[in-house]
Amino acid sequence: MTVVSKSGATTTGSIAVEPVVTGLPGHTIVLGDTVPLALVSGQRLGPFTVAYQTYGSLNANRSNAILVCHALSGDQFAIDPHPITGKPGWWETVIGSGLPIDIDRYFVICINVLGGCMGTAGPKDINPQTGKRFGLDFPIITITDMVAAQKLVIDHLGIDKLFCVTGGSMGAMQVLEWASRYPQRVFCAIPIAGAARHSAQNIAFHEVGRQAIMADPNWHGGNYYDHAEQPHRGLAVARMAAHITYLSDSALHQKFGRELQDRTDVSYGFDADFQIESYLRHQGSTFVERFDANSYLYMTRAMDYFDLAAEHEAILANAFEDSQVRFCLISFTSDWLFPTTESRQIVHALNAVAASVSFVEIETDAGHDAFLLDEPEFFGILSGFLAGAAELRGLDGDASGRTGRETS
Amino acid sequence: MNRIQSSPQIQNRIDLQRVADMIEPGSRVLDVGCGDGALLDYLVHFKQVDGRGIELSQEGVNRSVSLGLAVVQGDAEIDLQHYPSDAFDYVILSQTLQSIYDVRGTLRELLRISRHAIVSFPNLGYWRVRFDLLVRGRSPMSEKLPYIWCDSPNIRFCTLTDFVTLAGEMGFVIDRIISIDHSGRAMPRDTVGRWTNWLAEEAIYLLSREVSPDSASQGSAEAPLPAEQ
Repeated sequence: MTVVSKSGATTTGSIAVEPVVTGLPGHTIVLGDTVPLALVSGQRLGPFTVAYQTYGSLNANRSNAILVCHALSGDQFAIDPHPITGKPGWWETVIGSGLPIDIDRYFVICINVLGGCMGTAGPKDINPQTGKRFGLDFPIITITDMVAAQKLVIDHLGIDKLFCVTGGSMGAMQVLEWASRYPQRVFCAIPIAGAARHSAQNIAFHEVGRQAIMADPNWHGGNYYDHAEQPHRGLAVARMAAHITYLSDSALHQKFGRELQDRTDVSYGFDADFQIESYLRHQGSTFVERFDANSYLYMTRAMDYFDLAAEHEAILANAFEDSQVRFCLISFTSDWLFPTTESRQIVHALNAVAASVSFVEIETDAGHDAFLLDEPEFFGILSGFLAGAAELRGLDGDASGRTGRETS
Repeated sequence: MNRIQSSPQIQNRIDLQRVADMIEPGSRVLDVGCGDGALLDYLVHFKQVDGRGIELSQEGVNRSVSLGLAVVQGDAEIDLQHYPSDAFDYVILSQTLQSIYDVRGTLRELLRISRHAIVSFPNLGYWRVRFDLLVRGRSPMSEKLPYIWCDSPNIRFCTLTDFVTLAGEMGFVIDRIISIDHSGRAMPRDTVGRWTNWLAEEAIYLLSREVSPDSASQGSAEAPLPAEQ
């Protein structure tokens, strides 16, 4: 890489981003200050801030790092209480001491994606050129851009090869992008409940969410930051609609059925009579506390634009040619947002290039969100696959001896 | 939650041990219908193969992947087509042939994606099986064919002679045959001769697309079975 001085001409024409969210727990890094990040849209970004969290410790030869990619509504606080809501981390069932992603053994990195709203550059940040918030002037971000920014963080941490990249949903898209674009930097990849491209149905649901936000009069064309009222109603509706897609008919039926909320009879009105209505309203109202409406627009768009095959002459297998990455794909039977067929398509593409691939469909009625829930079989697959990969990678610890793995 | 069994449990599956013995260390292997991954686990750890598996049953896949094996949930008759030609040195079809609908198509796919195919199956020509049908008038059931006729996943039954004939028709070369008797011992081919099809309870065939120098040198001792008549 050519070293370019800070005052060099390369930064001209690049979009600088001044963060507004500061003082969060965890780490931040300023990237793109010497060489701006070339975005897929053609624009260039830098300098900009990226916020990330780490758990566990990096070993001496820096070979035990696992990058965990968060989903649309997630952030870098995977296992610690959320700094805004105080709620438990979104993957505290998976990452931790003695858990499938064992922080006594692995160094876990979780990075807030580009376009996000928890410390990494996004539309709520300030454009130093105007002194105002970006809003919709923020450049369009793709999954490729998110991963390119993550790679800069991994470079900064001095990690030559990640032991594993994993994540669910939008996180799975990032995993696939990592394995495809930087195969030399990834030992194994676990895309969970993902797809190599966003389906028409999924784009449709996202568009409903975006239109709900844009239809909120408080959205003000994206320039709501200086107003007293924020587009919370629109964002809440977007979240409610999306939340339905993360569950399944049977999960909803089992959890709520037609049970009424704090009443014995229906009200013959439009109150939240049913428990499911009350639940969704709650989901919507808590989401707006911690999420920026414009970020929601940008991140859903990034998912919509994701199409890995399209970047490779429309042949998905070409995305993984000669790949030495060990893959483990996991899908869930009741997930209708990212159904098993999507994962199977990736498996077929990987088979076509004779890549090393494991593929498991977990039986559950929890829907797409199963990867966030307590699914023992899923956990068994995760720890088993990681242990096998760790053995091959020569990671120290109990997996080096076969007998040592009998107890967990 | 980690591995329940740490050592490969193939000792009690004699056919698996024999299959393992046919495989060159360090080769690329696909185990089609790999079950709980016992053979693959053994091959990966003791023969240092680059091992992959396909398994239909969810339970088998989950157990295999939990062992750290590269196994995908899939159907041999649907998913083999996605593999490139010559992707493997050995492809194993162990005790699975009898449940395959399109036997010819599957065998063709096996020997497209791999140089060698190792196929093992229970012998319908085994004398006890014949005895059941001839004397007792009952559809045969045995240790190797444990299912009652109306509740069996096994839809294709063949004798050793049947299989040799089919392999010949399809132009495949049989490099090796291991016939296994009721006690699990490999039968010395030259001492039993044409009686093999009566005495073998199961058999393992090493097939390849064309004559290899190995098979030429092994010559008559490993020659295909003659027809009984």
